[in-house]
Amino acid sequence: MLILSFESSCDETAVAVVEDGRRVLADEIFSQVALHEIYGGVVPEIAARSHLEVISLLADRALKTAGVARKDIDAVACTYAPGLIGAVLVGVNFAKSAALALGVPLIPVHHIRGHIAANYLAYPELEPPFVCLAISGGNTMLVDVRGYTDMSILGQTRDDAAGECFDKSARVLGLGYPGGKPIDDLSKKGDDRAYDLPRPTVNGGSPYDMSFSGLKTAVVNLAHHAEQTGETLDKPGLAASLCRAVSEMLVGRTMDAAERLGYENIAVAGGVAANSRIRADFEAACQKAGKTLFVPPLRLCGDNAAMIGAQGYYEYLAGHTAGSDLNAYATMEL
Amino acid sequence: MTYITHSESETEALGAEFAKDLPAGTVAALYGELGCGKTAFVRGMARGMGLDCLVNSPTFTIVNEYLGERPLFHFDMYRLGGADELYDIGWEDYLGRGGVCAVEWSENVPGAFDGDEIEVRFTKLSDTDREIRIERGDASC
Repeated sequence: MLILSFESSCDETAVAVVEDGRRVLADEIFSQVALHEIYGGVVPEIAARSHLEVISLLADRALKTAGVARKDIDAVACTYAPGLIGAVLVGVNFAKSAALALGVPLIPVHHIRGHIAANYLAYPELEPPFVCLAISGGNTMLVDVRGYTDMSILGQTRDDAAGECFDKSARVLGLGYPGGKPIDDLSKKGDDRAYDLPRPTVNGGSPYDMSFSGLKTAVVNLAHHAEQTGETLDKPGLAASLCRAVSEMLVGRTMDAAERLGYENIAVAGGVAANSRIRADFEAACQKAGKTLFVPPLRLCGDNAAMIGAQGYYEYLAGHTAGSDLNAYATMEL
Repeated sequence: MTYITHSESETEALGAEFAKDLPAGTVAALYGELGCGKTAFVRGMARGMGLDCLVNSPTFTIVNEYLGERPLFHFDMYRLGGADELYDIGWEDYLGRGGVCAVEWSENVPGAFDGDEIEVRFTKLSDTDREIRIERGDASC
């Protein structure tokens, strides 16, 4: 089954062709990060307008790369939530039109479910159940993936996302946007015990819930103090201490959840999975606990359409299709 | 009115007290730097309005919707370059939906307000203490 899939929920406009949810025939991405760097964040209007300009071109290119004709496409999938509403709408409406024109089913896909499914593309042997930690600039959640379309949130951030903590800390430290990579690079030159940063805990709710706002505030306070007292901030040391703190908050909870549920497999998804400290800590913890770790390659960790095609296949098998009245949503339960 | 809070939970409690009786259509424009308690204040607002839901940072999605009898629309203008982009996020639509709007990073969108908004200004006094100044709007200014 060939699925033409679309992703446009944030920085990236992406179109892919995926076969049977596992094999990527084409995976075209147009990134708007360069446009956004000058603003220090995503600028929605630019995002929506750029998605609109490139989506049709990318769709043609994806079909060409895949070497398939329009008539070969069996279904169309798209991210319909969550994200910047104007941006998501571009993908949803283009996908609707494509499905209508081709006379094939339309499959709505939750963006985070897509990130989880990136693992199916990277690892043909991976099947549910497993625990997945989805970490990105907009989300941080620990998910019990019981089946391909049967999943629930075990815990999530109660304030900022882990990636947002990196982005905002990077801004305070005068690094670029997105902040994940510059902090990761800088951290490799620093001592991860240079600064004693908090590991905020959350009262009430799930024991797997997390909080990153306090960590961000601690970094802001340190930078502020240094500025006021004229002390030199050990930026590599602060970056390394921050990566360590974030990693410890994520890895411990994920390992506990896998242990409690009795799962052998642990998957990580989303852009923050690219962080080398978090990867290394997960590798060590999984080796110690005798569990198998799945982390998709970097290009599948960021937003892409192949992951939407992968999850779209399983949503289709579960009968989750939509009509031309499909809407886009800024927020949506998993 | 000016208030001093000594912890995140005090900031949250102040938000709850502030939002308890806010009429539908109120716009609260929040001003203040990174990590000064804006999101905590809005979490309190949701609680004060009787909305039992997860309130987290809308930095990425720009707006979170907390739905109830009197909904709360939680904006974060951190990523916006100017008021021109308000149209794209549906700002005008939200104003007419009979809810309360809380707007973080209002300094990025000066053109969004008509003078009727309530200004809430956060100033860091120390690592934990915050001065929070709440000023009712006046259409004449």
